[in-house]
Amino acid sequence: MAKTTRRLFLAAAGTLAAPGLIRAQGTQPIRIGEINSYTTLPAFTVPYRNGWQLRVEQINAAGGVLGRPLEVIWRDDAGRPQDAVRLAGELLDAERVDLLAGTFFSHIGLAVSDFALQRRRLFVAAEPLTDALVWEKGNRYTFRLRPSTYMQAAMLVEEAAKLPARRWVTVAPNYEYGQSAVKWFKQLLSARRPDVEFVAEQWPALGRIDAGATVTALAQARPDAIYNVTFGADLTNFVRQGNTRGLFERRTVVSLLTGEPEYLDPLGDETPEGWIVTGYPWDQVNTPEHTAFRDAYRRRFNDYPRLGSVVGYDTITAIAEAIKRAGSLETERLVEAMRGLPFTSPFGRCVFRAIDHQSTLGAFVGKTALRGGRGTMVEWRYADGANYLPPDDEVRRMRPQTT
Amino acid sequence: MVARVDFLLVQFLTGLANASALFLIASGLTVIFGVTRVVNFAHGSFYMLGAYLSWTIVRALWDWGGREPWLFVLGILLAALAVGAIGALVEILLLRRIYRAPELFQLLATFGVVLIVQDITLALWGPEDLPLPRPRWLRAFIEVAGERFPLHDLILIFVGPAVLGLLWLLFQRTRFGILVRAATEDREMVAALGVDQRALFTGVFFLGSTLAGLGGAIVLPSQSANLQMDLAIIAEAFVVVVVGGMGSVPGAFLASLLIAEVQAFGIVLVPKATLVLVFLVMAAVLMVRPYGLLGRPQAHARAPAGSVSPVVRAAPVVLKVVGAAALALAAAAPLYAGPYGLTVLTELAVFILFAASLHLLMGPGGVVSFGHAAYFGLGAYGAALGVRFLAVPMEAGLVLAPLLAGLFGLVFGWFVVRLSGVYLAMLTLAFAQIVWAAAFQWVELTGGDNGILGVWPSPWARDKALFLWLALALCLGATLLLRRAIYAPFGYALRAARDSELRAEAIGLDAARLRLVAFVIAATSAGIAGGVYAYAKGSVFPTYISIPKSVDALLMVLLGGVQTVSGPIVGAIAFHGLFLTLLQWVEWWRAALGLAIVALVLAFPEGIAGFVQRRWEARFGATS
Repeated sequence: MAKTTRRLFLAAAGTLAAPGLIRAQGTQPIRIGEINSYTTLPAFTVPYRNGWQLRVEQINAAGGVLGRPLEVIWRDDAGRPQDAVRLAGELLDAERVDLLAGTFFSHIGLAVSDFALQRRRLFVAAEPLTDALVWEKGNRYTFRLRPSTYMQAAMLVEEAAKLPARRWVTVAPNYEYGQSAVKWFKQLLSARRPDVEFVAEQWPALGRIDAGATVTALAQARPDAIYNVTFGADLTNFVRQGNTRGLFERRTVVSLLTGEPEYLDPLGDETPEGWIVTGYPWDQVNTPEHTAFRDAYRRRFNDYPRLGSVVGYDTITAIAEAIKRAGSLETERLVEAMRGLPFTSPFGRCVFRAIDHQSTLGAFVGKTALRGGRGTMVEWRYADGANYLPPDDEVRRMRPQTT
Repeated sequence: MVARVDFLLVQFLTGLANASALFLIASGLTVIFGVTRVVNFAHGSFYMLGAYLSWTIVRALWDWGGREPWLFVLGILLAALAVGAIGALVEILLLRRIYRAPELFQLLATFGVVLIVQDITLALWGPEDLPLPRPRWLRAFIEVAGERFPLHDLILIFVGPAVLGLLWLLFQRTRFGILVRAATEDREMVAALGVDQRALFTGVFFLGSTLAGLGGAIVLPSQSANLQMDLAIIAEAFVVVVVGGMGSVPGAFLASLLIAEVQAFGIVLVPKATLVLVFLVMAAVLMVRPYGLLGRPQAHARAPAGSVSPVVRAAPVVLKVVGAAALALAAAAPLYAGPYGLTVLTELAVFILFAASLHLLMGPGGVVSFGHAAYFGLGAYGAALGVRFLAVPMEAGLVLAPLLAGLFGLVFGWFVVRLSGVYLAMLTLAFAQIVWAAAFQWVELTGGDNGILGVWPSPWARDKALFLWLALALCLGATLLLRRAIYAPFGYALRAARDSELRAEAIGLDAARLRLVAFVIAATSAGIAGGVYAYAKGSVFPTYISIPKSVDALLMVLLGGVQTVSGPIVGAIAFHGLFLTLLQWVEWWRAALGLAIVALVLAFPEGIAGFVQRRWEARFGATS
């Protein structure tokens, strides 16, 4: 725990020191305005911040972009969309940043995206998962990096459809993310397997799950399989009650995001085995790109990367590539450069689709297992995001085509 | 679905286990409120500290002596006592100094403590959730009607009644307990009889915080210690306290049973109702029993010390000049401030009206609302829904905003004004939560938590300077009208009804009606603020209606000073200014904001404007 604290201070010291160093070189830096929920969700956003810091340092050490160093001006949105919008204005008007990036919560991502449209400035949404960001509410100036709710649900459906299970129950936090995750899962699974039926659903309030009652209510429906969308503290409660009450025995559980170290690690020695999950087996991915990233991250922060670290790292990579491709910081040229932009993530080659501004960054799909008292992923494979998106006609139908 | 008996039994037992945990937290809160009348927001923080401390202590004990059950029990008791000591310390260092401040002012101080504890916990324990590793005996279960039931939950079921019994013994058989009961009934009388109030209050805080800490510690094996637990529990704890009757420990016990069982079975019948269930229960109970299940009207309608408010006098000339100068300075901002400065000024104008509208209720009306954000949010949604479904221009949207807010103000106010004090405040909170849940869950209408986007001003007002002038005209214009209402006969009548309802009614004033009118005016004004805010931000979200937003309004009014007419204006500028600056420049902004609030509370126990007014009057005498 002392380690985590030191990391926080290091992160702060790093950003405070960086601008001074860069100014000493005498070149005007390229300024990126970054907004995220640093105090509201430190477990996810601190590794994320480490990720983008690492990438900024690497790029600057290699001479920057267009001969200019990168500088990130970051702000904490306190978990409120209204503050995020004000800070976005502050970054553009007072700090004169060249583009906006960041956000974790879907509603905050949408608020900043609409603001970016209004001001006609580029916004690279890093983490928000909502499909609306690139489809129903998509706009010309917004691009999103992380695989969306739809994509991750589609990855799990592929596995779920192979199971013999026919009676399904769902449990998801009671807000848009949970609702979309359940909606897509039901729709896609029913399309592939007309014989499945969904016999019960539970919608605990985010952060306030009544785990014992939820577990009993699900068990009462006598399901063959369970689809779980809860995460964080709710997931810990749910897993503990489920383990003790035997909910997961002789049942398959398919679970969104649970393989991400942010959510898997707190389960510790109670990690249930054999859940089919999306996630990030950071210790086992040994491709050259990922090994280089992991080693650099460990050297810099004396800690292992989380999924957020990869997202932060890739956000800066994508922005740097776009600026290189555009050869300019002019917004319209940056937007054109982002459309169809290829970039290399620690996960492999990705591209920002021109059709809906969604990146094809994927996720790892595998099973949970217990190794030495810790949760990990086994039998995993990388699911390339490009293969888990709806057909182009459908995307065009969902996304406003005027912008 | 045919519910089977074994399922019903297990679900009922699960409800009982949850009720016990809830009772531990709520009993502490109700004892503290009963004796000290402090609405203790920090109670959730004590609960969180209980979980974190027991995580550390129990693991240390287990490392030393093996994973024995008795070491676990010892660990959680030590953690609870440590939290009790922290609570007593907060009372001695902070609250003791401000008991003479106006009613509810202590709430402001406890909110500062909440912010400080959040950052201290993050700094000490780090950002990740910390679950207590469960040895085999904590994972054990028994068979109940063929279903597994966790042994830990079974033990919990007995802890609640055991604590209730111990509290009963304490209150019936010890001198301390008798004094606590006496003070809950009539604390002025207890003081008049020469009882040392300081020791009594510190003792009560120690007891209450210990119970909160025990609550956090005892649920740790089925959860994890995490940074969200403080705010997750506090609203529910207040609901239990109010439903049970404030100050009543048996009431809190009954209410936790009721709430936990409604939750346990409610999620089976209506799985999506999880967000509002407890607030629906509270609204229903308060409508039938205005003082909760076992509560009594606060005995002896003697005005509590400090609530006899000074006569409201017209502002001295200097203040008018200062006000006019500040307004002129704001209106001239486009000449000297950048676009970001204009955004901030626009927000300030909105929050001044938001705070002033709540102040009309809290100051002259004597009606405390814990759910004022409902009307702010309804205003914002009035505008946004107009844009979304009717494609109305901004001008019409700004008319829809106060209409929708005022309409709901009338409906909710009709129920609310029948109650008084904290019960009234909690009913406003219940209504606000119901509106919030509707905005959150009625996705077809409101877009759910993804909100409504694209609420931008008409082309002529897109320029930041013009929008600032529009905001100043609407928000400050409405604020001045609210001030005018306070000086008008309506304002005098409202204050008469607040200071002595009996005498006011004897001269023919209809107190309930006056309060209802004030409620509608306040709701309408908050609606204007919300409408302007929606166009300033371009999007509307359920967070505009959430509890933190209501708390913001309370903090602004209290910080400025309830008893002065300029208080909300000063408070809004001070609070929002502080928040903006710290959020932007300080990484540990929560601790900094909390410390700033605590410092302001200690320096200005009548609020900032109240302090200035008192100094002014001491120097120059009261102007009439």
